[in-house]
Amino acid sequence: MTRRALIPVAVLAAILAGIQLAVSAAGRDYYLTQLIMSAYYAIVVMGLCLVMGYAGQISLGHAAFFAIGGYTSAALTTRNIPAAHDAAWSGVLRSAGLLWARPDLYGETLVTVSPWAAFVLAIALAVLVALLIGWPALRLKGHYLAMGTLGFGLIVYRIVLGTEFLGAADGITGVPPWEIGLGIVISERKAFRVVNYYFAWGLVLLVLLLLLNLVHSRVGRALRSIHGGEQAANAMGVNTAGYKLKAFVLSAALAAAAGCFLTHYNRGIGPSEAGALKSVRYVALVAAGGMANLWGVLFISTLLNFLSLRGFFGTFDHAAFGIILIAIISLTPEGPLAPVGRWLRRGRGPQPGTVRDDDTQG
Amino acid sequence: MKRWVLVPAVVVLASACLCPVSSLAWPWSRKAEEKAESVKIGAIFAVTGPASFLGAPEAKTAEMLVEKINAAGGVNGHKIELIVKDSGASPEKAVSFCKQLIEEDKVLAIIGPSTSGETMQIKPICEEEKMILVSCAAAEVIVNPVAKYVFKTPQKDSQAVTWIYQTMKDMGISKIAVLSGNTGFGQAGKKQLETMAPDFGINIAVNEVYDKGATDLTDILTKVKAGEVQAVVNWSIVPAQSIVAKNMKQIGMDAPLFQSHGFGNLKYVEQAGEAAEGILFPCGRLLAIDVLPDDHPQKAVLAKYKKDYEGKYNEPVSTFGGHAYDALMIVVKAIENAGSTDREKVRDAIESMKGFVGTGGTFNFSAEDHNGLDLGAFEMLTVKDGKFVLMEKK
Amino acid sequence: MSQILQYVFSGLTTGSIYAVVAIGFNLIYSTTGIINFAQGEFVMLGGMTAVSLSLFMPLPISIMIAVLVVAVCGGVLEIVFFRRLRSHSVLHMIIITIGLSIVIREAALHIWDEKVRSLPYFTGNECSSVKLLGAAISPQVFWVLGAVAVVVAALHCFLRYTLWGKAMRACSSNPIAAALAGINTSNMRTLSFAVSAGIGALAGCMISPISMSRYDMGTGLAIKGFAAAILGGLGNPMAAVFGGLAVGLAEAFSVIRLPAAYKDATAFAILLLALFVRPHGLFGSRAADEAREIAE
Repeated sequence: MTRRALIPVAVLAAILAGIQLAVSAAGRDYYLTQLIMSAYYAIVVMGLCLVMGYAGQISLGHAAFFAIGGYTSAALTTRNIPAAHDAAWSGVLRSAGLLWARPDLYGETLVTVSPWAAFVLAIALAVLVALLIGWPALRLKGHYLAMGTLGFGLIVYRIVLGTEFLGAADGITGVPPWEIGLGIVISERKAFRVVNYYFAWGLVLLVLLLLLNLVHSRVGRALRSIHGGEQAANAMGVNTAGYKLKAFVLSAALAAAAGCFLTHYNRGIGPSEAGALKSVRYVALVAAGGMANLWGVLFISTLLNFLSLRGFFGTFDHAAFGIILIAIISLTPEGPLAPVGRWLRRGRGPQPGTVRDDDTQG
Repeated sequence: MKRWVLVPAVVVLASACLCPVSSLAWPWSRKAEEKAESVKIGAIFAVTGPASFLGAPEAKTAEMLVEKINAAGGVNGHKIELIVKDSGASPEKAVSFCKQLIEEDKVLAIIGPSTSGETMQIKPICEEEKMILVSCAAAEVIVNPVAKYVFKTPQKDSQAVTWIYQTMKDMGISKIAVLSGNTGFGQAGKKQLETMAPDFGINIAVNEVYDKGATDLTDILTKVKAGEVQAVVNWSIVPAQSIVAKNMKQIGMDAPLFQSHGFGNLKYVEQAGEAAEGILFPCGRLLAIDVLPDDHPQKAVLAKYKKDYEGKYNEPVSTFGGHAYDALMIVVKAIENAGSTDREKVRDAIESMKGFVGTGGTFNFSAEDHNGLDLGAFEMLTVKDGKFVLMEKK
Repeated sequence: MSQILQYVFSGLTTGSIYAVVAIGFNLIYSTTGIINFAQGEFVMLGGMTAVSLSLFMPLPISIMIAVLVVAVCGGVLEIVFFRRLRSHSVLHMIIITIGLSIVIREAALHIWDEKVRSLPYFTGNECSSVKLLGAAISPQVFWVLGAVAVVVAALHCFLRYTLWGKAMRACSSNPIAAALAGINTSNMRTLSFAVSAGIGALAGCMISPISMSRYDMGTGLAIKGFAAAILGGLGNPMAAVFGGLAVGLAEAFSVIRLPAAYKDATAFAILLLALFVRPHGLFGSRAADEAREIAE
């Protein structure tokens, strides 16, 4: 990546630090809470942007991956494994850091999977499911793909809602804080708030760099060629099926990771995180951000999630998302920031990184 | 549409949204509208969304009460400022709003949330931040283990189940079917039904969970009919409660139908029409005020609440709104008793409150009991001629 | 035996509801190539409007007016959102219809409120049932099935024998040629939306006594309706009916073996299976679908 391309990211980092300092100085660091939560949702949305905006594959079930990550993490770190209390093998696993013991509410010892191990398992599960679903599903086109992913998302929702082990309708609570090391603890306690803020947004910047790099590379061009015309891309020798699947799996892994972190931060997760409304919301945010526009998507996602989590829209929460979605898609399909971007880049010729949907078919 | 019209339009839209965010940059211009005299009480209700049958009446009740109290001069001379947040039954929103209410609005107490899932997510936060939480959700785990700052107003599910099973035992029923909705409420009830069945000699022959949005349940009821049970217990929310009743009659089942205390709204009887006749359920006395004797301690409170609510909102009262009534009025009474708005004193006042007459029953709190209701909070009601009446004991 | 029959009746009850939703999808898809995620909301609007109207007018009239009002809404929606946006890709269209379904649902919440309501039973009441060979079914189900049959027959006649119907079929098989032949394709699209919305509204009124109407009933129905339409094969109204009944029956019979908690997952699993194995549905044809794609 060129130095030049890194400048916007550095500017963003500076702005974020500035926000934190200003807010803490004014004694209002409660705003950081919603910013942290928005950061994790932004990771999911950016991953979806890769799939929808660049590869042109619609996925109406992405909340399911977030839920797979979050629920696996939550279930594994809260469910006691009675067999592991005194067994010799558990001692080995405990020293390897895969299991851990901690006291619970009643003073008894709880032996569960450790957060790191649960994290790895959660990502692995999400990747596996993405492969299993993605391979047949991505062969479908247009609305068939939309409905296939919707169906998949709903199945995960029903499983999560109907299974006792996963907390059924009440979800899982009491997820322990996660010590990542270097003094970073993922937990929503006030003492760790600033640390969590930098961690969450640091993660966002990392993902942003990763995706920007991807998009400007051979892989990114391959994805855009698929979006532009799959048959043509195939004719040119691009392994369309392979690239689509890889993009899908990567975005699933990102969503699952965000799910794990947010679950530890919130100390729990509920079935609402897996539902169709959440999936649709992610799609709305990608669309409102401009489809193939990582910066636009990041901006819109943070703004809208922040406002929604603060109750800005009151009882019109879902309606606001619907209206914004329709307005932006109808009026500025490339996203509200696109005109600004074009003005900034005037006189420099066509730029990579944005896909104009009017010259794609189907 | 020309781009140069669009761009400013979008920019204006974006800035309109950014205004609240821009208050970040000008914290010093925070309006000094925090009325020096008013007491802030926060409320998290699921006014819209899948639990709106709980949250909407709760929010309406709370708003109505605050209006009345303020019109009469407030509590101890302070006006109450009620801040209601609509969580849509999402636990992550409940967490976010809880933190907002605690840190930004600095409320004295929080009433709600409406569902058990949300309450359990914010219980540790409230406990750590020493914020009084009076929940309107029913799960046992909310007050067991007891957390110093967390209380709840709905009756215990186990007490409702005790009433149902006791009645069944009196009726000589021992083989039943249990149907429950896949909501938190349904699952909590199912657990209690399963746990307590052996104590009353009840055998659950068919045990099924269905989706709360199901439009027709004849297939599940066919399975129940095949099980040849003597009674059916349905633990769910609308509309399933009425659908189960109708479907049972349609496929020709005569076994008595018991419902949970969630059946507590005359509208559900209307929806089930003729099929509602004879349904039995344990309920707070709010729904059978007319048959209470005049000297019953709850009668005056219930009658006033019913009159005010139905007069203002033109819809029948429900026991769910009653939970919010109890929550808010307990906080108000505690402020009166404590004579101050210091949170610790108010908390102590709640915990030591005895004999508080609410819609759910008469509350007697203690350090071990943060719910305050016992078996006497319930009555067994049945439906006769489209109205709720007390069940006659044979 | 009577037990099996009872499951069949149960499946037919829910299946007929899915069938009518599926027919609506089919119609819009055939004529415009758009999958209308808001179809379920038309069903909801029909029921809710009729319930409100029935408070001051007789039942048959409230139903007719409700159907007309919702049909007009459907047409207006098409004019406002889709006519100007012809050039947008499939992705955009899908997203707009999703946005519309959300907005309509929330609007319904604020216009009416969260309570459940229903029309009275057309014949009999909540307890009445017709006994057939030892199993029982509510008379309202016959109304629903009857409505489905009437709709399919009427649609068939409309599409085959009237000028407008033939124009719609021309638009669906080759829009460019139809335009060249002088057919106003934009008006045909609006008409198809209006008719589809009307059909949905009628369905909403028919099922209101059985399943009751509330503001968020549309989403679940829409999804099951899709599954039905895809199972049958997009582009064929009869196939949509078959798909709907098949999904309903599959759900009902799944209760025998699986815990009822996973009953809904059955419909979605069928959807996924159909999409992976035979995306064009049991009765659709690959050629018809590909012809659409090239023509677009």
